[in-house]
Amino acid sequence: MTATVPHLVVEDLVAGYVPDVPILRGASLKVNAGELVTVLGPNGAGKSTLIKAVAGMVPVTGGDVRVSGKSIRGIATHALVGAGVAYVPQTNNVFTRLSVEENLELGCICDVPRTRERIEETYRLFPDLERLRRLGAGRLSGGQRQMVAVARALMARPGLIMLDEPSAGLSPKMTGVLFQKLLEIRAGGVTILLVEQNAKAALAICDRGYVLAEGRDAFTGTGAELLSSTEVGELYLGSKARLAS
Amino acid sequence: MMQVLVDGIVAASFITLGVVGLSMVFNILNFPSFAHGELITSGGYIALAIVALFGTVGSIAGLSFGWPLIIALMCAAVLNSLLALVLDRSIYRQMRVRNASRISLIMASFGVSLMLRNVVVMFAGQDPHFFTFTIQPALKFWGIRITANELIVVGVTIVLVLGLHLFLSRTTLGKSMRAVAENASLARVNGIDVDYVIRWTWIIGTALATVAGVMLGFTIQLHPFMGFELLLPMFAALIVGGMTSIYGALLGALLIGLAEGLTVEYLASEYRQAATFVLIILVLLFRPHGIVGEKA
Repeated sequence: MTATVPHLVVEDLVAGYVPDVPILRGASLKVNAGELVTVLGPNGAGKSTLIKAVAGMVPVTGGDVRVSGKSIRGIATHALVGAGVAYVPQTNNVFTRLSVEENLELGCICDVPRTRERIEETYRLFPDLERLRRLGAGRLSGGQRQMVAVARALMARPGLIMLDEPSAGLSPKMTGVLFQKLLEIRAGGVTILLVEQNAKAALAICDRGYVLAEGRDAFTGTGAELLSSTEVGELYLGSKARLAS
Repeated sequence: MMQVLVDGIVAASFITLGVVGLSMVFNILNFPSFAHGELITSGGYIALAIVALFGTVGSIAGLSFGWPLIIALMCAAVLNSLLALVLDRSIYRQMRVRNASRISLIMASFGVSLMLRNVVVMFAGQDPHFFTFTIQPALKFWGIRITANELIVVGVTIVLVLGLHLFLSRTTLGKSMRAVAENASLARVNGIDVDYVIRWTWIIGTALATVAGVMLGFTIQLHPFMGFELLLPMFAALIVGGMTSIYGALLGALLIGLAEGLTVEYLASEYRQAATFVLIILVLLFRPHGIVGEKA
């Protein structure tokens, strides 16, 4: 029975930064355990708001968010890490005045005694970070910062990790490296919810995707289905062209 | 010259203990608390009240105080920190949850400053108070004159600053404080309980302010404006060193202390505050973010 419960359920979510001006107007999605699901949509569709609302950073006025069947609506943002949910913001996602290793240590704040052991495990997944461990995170490149941000989120051993446009500002090569890491993380059993602007790259690695439009989930399907959909192409490109073409 | 340096270091010690708390509150709660000087005053006066209960400050060889004052200092640090927590809970936190602007928080801290100062005046009066009237002979080392009490002031400050450095760089709570100071929103999504960090910021900042208040009391005197008078050098230290860095604030405190010492020695004590302002202007002209500060 438990195996059939989706890892994350977002149900008719209404949320926004200002009271009575919702950005999300009834968005829904489901992410099964171990899946990599991407959320796409044009600018202003509510992708980042969706992920922030799940993370408790945007006031939710309607609907529900459940993780492994339990509602997390109203839980304080800092307590979500303990509930197995990690969130990597799009920008300002590392502590620039702290070293790389200090950033990682803070990722394990819910289980301090295991910090050292987890740092060693994290260095095995991100070998470059071990070389940079003493360096201030503010001195890293954009790609290295994203790696630190993802690695720090993994330090808490979350069951679900949510990433807000991790490829923003990265070169295609670095995006490829990052997305390869996400596949490795998923292979390790972690469920991933990926909000992305880079639709082609995200759909190429995801199990399923959702396309948001005007605060609602407009389309859903596998990566291949969405890539070949003319409706999704129209939403993005303004013509009947497919994203895959 | 060496005497000026030593006098400057003694003056810098008081500023240092005050400015650390001011810097922590500024960076973590995101507003400059104008009531921080009054927490120095209240700390000194709470210790005075506890010493009055003991009936003596005691005496340890060479010093004008003993265990009763040390115990009173520890009790005062706890009580003064509780006072700061009550003030935060009843005033600043109410404003934070309502997303009050920084200027509103500054004005509130002005109000708290006035309130605390007048409460001290109400209970203790306007006149100065002393922990003891014992006159201390100055010790002489290579022509430098310094009292045993002043040596304790410098020693305690060095120990506390080193302890604070180790706390901030080695402990999880210290690193959490640095994280919240830089980006509270990211700290939250990282699992850091920001309210918990804020509570400890008040406790540590106020405990250090209490030590400054008591040390001012046994080296000079206690009076209701003692903390308020330290506010200018404390803010100057913050600006000179860098608003975003606790370590910058420590450097700023040392420079302000030395500038004041040099002014008193080579000009006149009346120009002490002017020297502070000249230092602020010079730093703002050439390093607008402070000597080790970063653009906020």
